[in-house]
Amino acid sequence: MPTALAKELCDEFLDDVYALPHGEKLKQCLQCGTCSASCPSSAAMEFGPREIIASLRAGMLDRVLNAQTVWLCVSCYSCTVRCPAGIPLTDVMYELKRLEVDKGLAKDATGETMAHAFAETVDRYGRNAETTLLRKYFLRTNPLHALAQIPLAIRLFVRGRLEIFPRKIKGLDSLHKMLAAIEENGRR
Amino acid sequence: MITTASHACRYGYYPGCSLMATNRAYDISTRSVARELEIELVELDDWNCCGATAYLPVREKRAFVLSARNLALAEQNGRELATVCNACYVVLRKTNKYMAEDAHLRDDIRQALQAGGMDYSGSVRVRHFLEILVNDVGEASIRSRVQRNMSGWKVACYCGCQLSRPFDDLDHPEYPRLMERLVEWLGAAVVPFPLAAKCCGGMAMTTHPETGQVLTGKILKVAGQRGAGCVATACPLCQINLEAYQDKVGRAVGARCAIPVLYFTQLMGIAFGMPPVELALSDNLTSLEPLLGEKVTS
Repeated sequence: MPTALAKELCDEFLDDVYALPHGEKLKQCLQCGTCSASCPSSAAMEFGPREIIASLRAGMLDRVLNAQTVWLCVSCYSCTVRCPAGIPLTDVMYELKRLEVDKGLAKDATGETMAHAFAETVDRYGRNAETTLLRKYFLRTNPLHALAQIPLAIRLFVRGRLEIFPRKIKGLDSLHKMLAAIEENGRR
Repeated sequence: MITTASHACRYGYYPGCSLMATNRAYDISTRSVARELEIELVELDDWNCCGATAYLPVREKRAFVLSARNLALAEQNGRELATVCNACYVVLRKTNKYMAEDAHLRDDIRQALQAGGMDYSGSVRVRHFLEILVNDVGEASIRSRVQRNMSGWKVACYCGCQLSRPFDDLDHPEYPRLMERLVEWLGAAVVPFPLAAKCCGGMAMTTHPETGQVLTGKILKVAGQRGAGCVATACPLCQINLEAYQDKVGRAVGARCAIPVLYFTQLMGIAFGMPPVELALSDNLTSLEPLLGEKVTS
C-alpha cells in the first residue's frame, strides 16, 4: 500500500474509532503497555495492542494491517477493563477487523473467513447453525483440517449434539428488511 | 450472609443458537433447575442470533440490529431477559448500553427495527441466569433444595471471560465470586482457582488452534493442580473447548488435562438430586460417572 494512501486511510480510520462510544479516549493512551501485558494471545501476535495504538497515532496503519495481530484478539475484554485511560480496546480491535473486511485487506485468512461464514449463516437462517458454519469455514480454509474434526463430530453426533439441517426463524423476511435498512447507514 | 428469597419469578429467556444442538444440555439443565426453583423462564418467541463475537468484525450496526430484535421481543413480554450464554449476555447488554448512550445509533437501530415492523424503547434489563440465581433467588432458597451430600465434590468454578467483562458491575472483572458462592451453597468444596475469568480462546480453538489450545490447556492444567475433581462452566463455548480437546490441549501445555467438565446448572441439578436425564448428563464428552458413583444413561 502506498504511504500516502495509508496515511489517508489511517486518518479516516481514526475518525471511525473516535466515533465509537468512548473511542475518543484513544487520544489519552499513555503507552503503559497494560493492554499488551493483559492480552492472552499477545504472545502469538507480531506486536500487541500497545504497539497498535502507537502505530495508529503515527499514521502507520499499513504496519498494523500487515501484521499478524488483529484477528488473534479473542474479545476477552481484559485490556478494556484494565486500561487506565479507559480506552475500549476490544472495540478498536473490532473496528480494525471491520476495516480489513471492508477494504479486502485481511492478511489473516482464518479469522476473516470465520467471521464471514458466520455472518452469511446468520443472514440466511436468522440463527447460527454450527455444522453449516464449520463446513463453510473448512471448505474455504483447509478442507483437510475438516478431516481432523471427524472424530469429534462423531462423538457429538452419537450424543445427538449435531444439527444437520439448519432451521430458519419464522420472521426471516422481517429481519432481512431490518438488515437492509441499517445497511443504508454507512460502513459500521 | 443469608439472602432473603423475595424474587421476581418470571423472566424472558433467550437460549441462544448453541443451546439448540451442540450445547443443548445447558438449555435442558437450565430449564430443569429453573423449574425446581419455581422460576418461570419464558422463551422469546422466534428469537434470532444475537450476532455473538463473530458478526461484529463484519458489520457492527447489523450485529446490533440482530441483538436489538431480540431486545424488542423481550420488551413485549416484560423487562427482565435471562440468558445463560456469556457471548449472548455481553452482546445483548452491549447493544442495550450503546443504544442508551448514543442517540444516533439508537435512531438508526430503531428505524431498522421499524422497517421490519418492530420497535425497542430501551427498557429491557439483560441478565445472566447465574447472577439471577445468586442475587434474586438467593442462598436460603437454593440451600433448601439440596438433596445430595456434595462434600466430596471439589469444583473449579470457571466463569470465562465475558461474564464479568466488560460489564463488571455485578462481579469482580478478574476474580469473579458469583459461581463460587453458588457452589458453596450447594455444599460442594470450591478450590481456589485464579483462572476463573481467563479466556478459553473461544473461536480461536478453530481459527488459531495453536493459540486456543494453550489457553484452554492452562485452565484445565491449573484446575487439576489445584486439586479440582471437576470444572464447572457458565458458557457454551467454554464448555465445548474445555471438554472436547483434552488430549490435544494436554499435549500443547505438557500436562495431563483429563478432568470432567460440566455446566454449573448440571452441578446444581446433581446437588438437587435430579435424575441425570433431566440434566442431559449423557451429552457430556467427559464422564461424570466416577464423580456420581452411578451410570449415566440417556
